[in-house]
Amino acid sequence: MAAPRDSQSTRSPEPMAAVAASAAGAGTRAPAALALRVVAECGRSKARACELRLPHGTVATPVFMPVGTQGTMKGVTAAQLDSLGCTICLGNTYHLGMRPGPELIQKAGGLHGFMNWNQNLLTDSGGFQMVSLLALSEVTEEGVRFRSPYDGTEILLSPEKSVEIQNALGSDIMMQLDDVVSSTLTGSRVEEAMHRSIRWLDRCISANRRPDRQNLFAIIQGGLDPVLRSKCLEEMTKRDVPGFAIGGLSGGESKEQFWKMVTLSTDRLPREKPRYLMGVGYATDLVVCVALGCDMFDCVFPTRTARFGSALVPTGNLQLKKKQFAKDFRPIDEACTCPTCQRHTRAFLHALLHSNNTTALHHVTVHNIAYQLQLMDAIRTSIVEHRFPDFVRDFMKTMYGELRRCPAWAMEALESVGIPLN
Amino acid sequence: MKLSLFKVAQGCRLGTLNNLGRKGDRTMEFPGCLLYTRTGSAPHLTHDTLRVISRVPVMTQLTLSSLAEHCEVLEEYKEGIGKFIGMPESMFYCSLHDPVNPCPAGYVTNKSVSVWGVGGRLEMTAAKFMSVQQALQPDWFQCLSDGEALCGEVFSTKRARKSVDRSLAFLDECLKLQEQSEVLRNCVMIGVIEGGDTLEERLRSARETAKRPVGGFLLDGFHGDAMTKETRLQLISSVTAELPEDKPRLICGIGQPDEVLECIEAGVDLFESFFPYQVTERGCALSFSFDYQPNPEDTVLQQNGEKEEGEIGDHIDKVTTTKRVPETSFEINLKEKKRRRDSDSS
Repeated sequence: MAAPRDSQSTRSPEPMAAVAASAAGAGTRAPAALALRVVAECGRSKARACELRLPHGTVATPVFMPVGTQGTMKGVTAAQLDSLGCTICLGNTYHLGMRPGPELIQKAGGLHGFMNWNQNLLTDSGGFQMVSLLALSEVTEEGVRFRSPYDGTEILLSPEKSVEIQNALGSDIMMQLDDVVSSTLTGSRVEEAMHRSIRWLDRCISANRRPDRQNLFAIIQGGLDPVLRSKCLEEMTKRDVPGFAIGGLSGGESKEQFWKMVTLSTDRLPREKPRYLMGVGYATDLVVCVALGCDMFDCVFPTRTARFGSALVPTGNLQLKKKQFAKDFRPIDEACTCPTCQRHTRAFLHALLHSNNTTALHHVTVHNIAYQLQLMDAIRTSIVEHRFPDFVRDFMKTMYGELRRCPAWAMEALESVGIPLN
Repeated sequence: MKLSLFKVAQGCRLGTLNNLGRKGDRTMEFPGCLLYTRTGSAPHLTHDTLRVISRVPVMTQLTLSSLAEHCEVLEEYKEGIGKFIGMPESMFYCSLHDPVNPCPAGYVTNKSVSVWGVGGRLEMTAAKFMSVQQALQPDWFQCLSDGEALCGEVFSTKRARKSVDRSLAFLDECLKLQEQSEVLRNCVMIGVIEGGDTLEERLRSARETAKRPVGGFLLDGFHGDAMTKETRLQLISSVTAELPEDKPRLICGIGQPDEVLECIEAGVDLFESFFPYQVTERGCALSFSFDYQPNPEDTVLQQNGEKEEGEIGDHIDKVTTTKRVPETSFEINLKEKKRRRDSDSS
């Protein structure tokens, strides 16, 4: 994919004409709504630092995308997210598609207008939520049939319907509807789901009414079977999509199997298109998967764990409700620049967490999001400055006390891409 | 502290309090209100989200009930409650109780008053009370007082008399302790007017409290349903008539806009701002014009509404109370279906 002419980041809601002209070639297809520029590569591992230009601005990768449910980051406003330096976050198609519904969202100016968020949004297809939240869902070639918990009506979420909802939401990146199966499942169901996901990808591509403004990403399936996954990669990379997600992982599978599927996927995905690893958010996992060549990540973990009073730090996490923090007058993290750490001590947060004032949870949520964003920033800078392998070693030392205490799977994964830890 | 009274019109006082705060350089206008907090934080709001609101009150209300259990932590912290809660720029008034969560009656003795924190009941003797204030270092604090004048649901003159006696005794004891502490001498003690619904006791409380070197007065016990509106306002007017002009008058437990206006007419200067929190908790948004016209019909509707709810509402939601939502004419219920498609911002 051709690089944009100017290297300064712009925040324009218009499709990038310069990119469109060069990417569209002979004018046979719609102008592109996405452009990836590789700024730096690690040289040893598969890590790379890029600039991802999207309709609502440029995103620096590797990037962690905070997850919002029902149109807001629980406890955090769009303005707060903006001031934390977030340039892309997730909107939830399932919840928003059902309540308040696509017509209403469109009336409100799309999801951007509804959330009052001016930067990039990525929406999921709605499929994953449904399968995991609803017991009564049935998958057929048509789509996923389920019962709405809000008013009991039966709904069919087809590839077409999913894209219709996401078109109404107006997200910058949309995900195809895929046939999701648990990563711990084996057998013919996994193969069936993989093939169906390819067919549904084609249906989603056809159904996208706004390819010039909304990017449809494919989701690579195939479970933990290298043969199936390779087949899926082979087929899906034949399709002209602006980006690829690596799906079907971050479920209950072992980390050994997990990293092998990630690296197999990145080996077979095109260099010039972004790689989005879905559902990964633990710090160690982020660092390793960047080394394996992934650019984009999302996970509910940081925001979810915040709501239990758990604050993320370079050495792991602090369970702030515990007695040991009652008289600890330090901020959560001395080096953190987030509003919570600038103004509040662990002792105060501890006291507040034991009250019924929800503000405590908001403080920790803000910090955890900041932690993730600052981590990705540090990763990216180290890649750009050609010292990513050293960064990885320092990170692991801080997290695990000493390098040899780093989990075995992570050591193997890093070793496989030229970053030995001993 | 210096109070400048610009104008008095129809009982309402307009003015400023000057030379407030540690450095004596802060000012507060009255009539005015204090920022309501729970465990030292505005409910649900961080510094950044609070800042979005223009004209946040310059003085913040803390409640002893939510902070007393953290006394030991604060003593070790040494730098006062303002810095501890991340509001070093604010001034603080510490009330005894939380206006939103009424505490159970029957826990006041001649020697102590109990407050209710998250961890349970805390007994405050005058000595313990003053040591907590020493750790908090607020700008103003409500003196330890006996706010109970009811015997069951009704006022009792005997109980009211006792509440006045006890509160004066606590006041004298606390003033003595204040004298002995360098830290506390920088704080302003607010004397508490008690007396239930008995005019005689109210006047006695006002006159006696006014004799002591307090910096201001809190009119206690005028909230709730035990008193009629007429009685309440008559008593408040009578009380404020006995109080010196040059000291601020606070009232607790009054938050609804119409009630606030009535109390201003009766000579009150400063109010708590817990009402927005209560409205929020029932899923409603404040929405009213400042064109105040008392609507007798609304009051009747509210009273009758409680009966209707009992029939229809029971099987819908057993968790909420049988009170009508919206509860006052100052709010709209955001959960109502008609709000679903409401794209207006006002």
